[in-house]
Amino acid sequence: MRENVAKNVVIEQPSEAIGHNGEIKEQIAELKTQMESLSEAMPEDKLSMVVFSGDLDKVLAAFVIATGAVAMGMDVVMFFTFWGTPVLRDRQKKAGGKDLMGKMFGTMLPKGTGKVRLSKMNMGGMGTAMMKSLMKKKNVASLEEMLDLAGELGVRIYICEMSMGLMGFKREEMIDYPNLGFCGVAKFLGEAKGSTVQLFI
Amino acid sequence: MSEDVKVDKVLDLKGLPCPMPVVKVSKGIKEVEVGQIIEVLSTDPGALVDFPAWAKTSGNEIVDTVQNDGVIKIYIKRKA
Repeated sequence: MRENVAKNVVIEQPSEAIGHNGEIKEQIAELKTQMESLSEAMPEDKLSMVVFSGDLDKVLAAFVIATGAVAMGMDVVMFFTFWGTPVLRDRQKKAGGKDLMGKMFGTMLPKGTGKVRLSKMNMGGMGTAMMKSLMKKKNVASLEEMLDLAGELGVRIYICEMSMGLMGFKREEMIDYPNLGFCGVAKFLGEAKGSTVQLFI
Repeated sequence: MSEDVKVDKVLDLKGLPCPMPVVKVSKGIKEVEVGQIIEVLSTDPGALVDFPAWAKTSGNEIVDTVQNDGVIKIYIKRKA
């Protein structure tokens, strides 16, 4: 009886092992495909930022974080929308063919980085002027310098088409920036979905 | 300890506030070879916390930190 069992075991072992091998191979293949889809879904070391505000302090903070993130080795993309949109207008450029509302928004909103004001203590422009001179004294980079630096570091900037249309801004009046694009919400979400850090400023 | 460190490049970032120290360091470190060491001079008190955070994320190593008369000297070895 015992001999029989022993024989059976000896005979069965190779076939069993082959069976296991096949199973293991299958499992490995399955794991491989799982891993591949996982790495596709894994967020990149990337920062996606919405710049909604058009205030000097807030936009400055956005650029400090953006340039800092590049220094940390991150890919950075900024989306300017709503009050953030006029900040990226070029002071020198003009765009024609605007309706009344477009012209109104055009004159009432700050034209470019040089015209943006503090969100607090603006005091009719005095506070902003004081803050700017203080920044200069303390060697803090100005908004213009930060924008240049961001461009140099490869920070990508997208401007919301809907905001532009709403406020009557034209593409030809926006700044010359090395990585400038125009987009909608899906582009932001597509980038944000694959990012490790997302911010709304 | 800092006397023993062989420095391959010095980055003088005195007087520069956030975010310039890390921005300049991330550029400056690429100017030395992997394994070489840069000495960074900063007057930004935030640098004491910021540089270790930067080094950890970028995969470089802080070899030593020395503070003297308001000047912070940080020795960073390029690892990546």
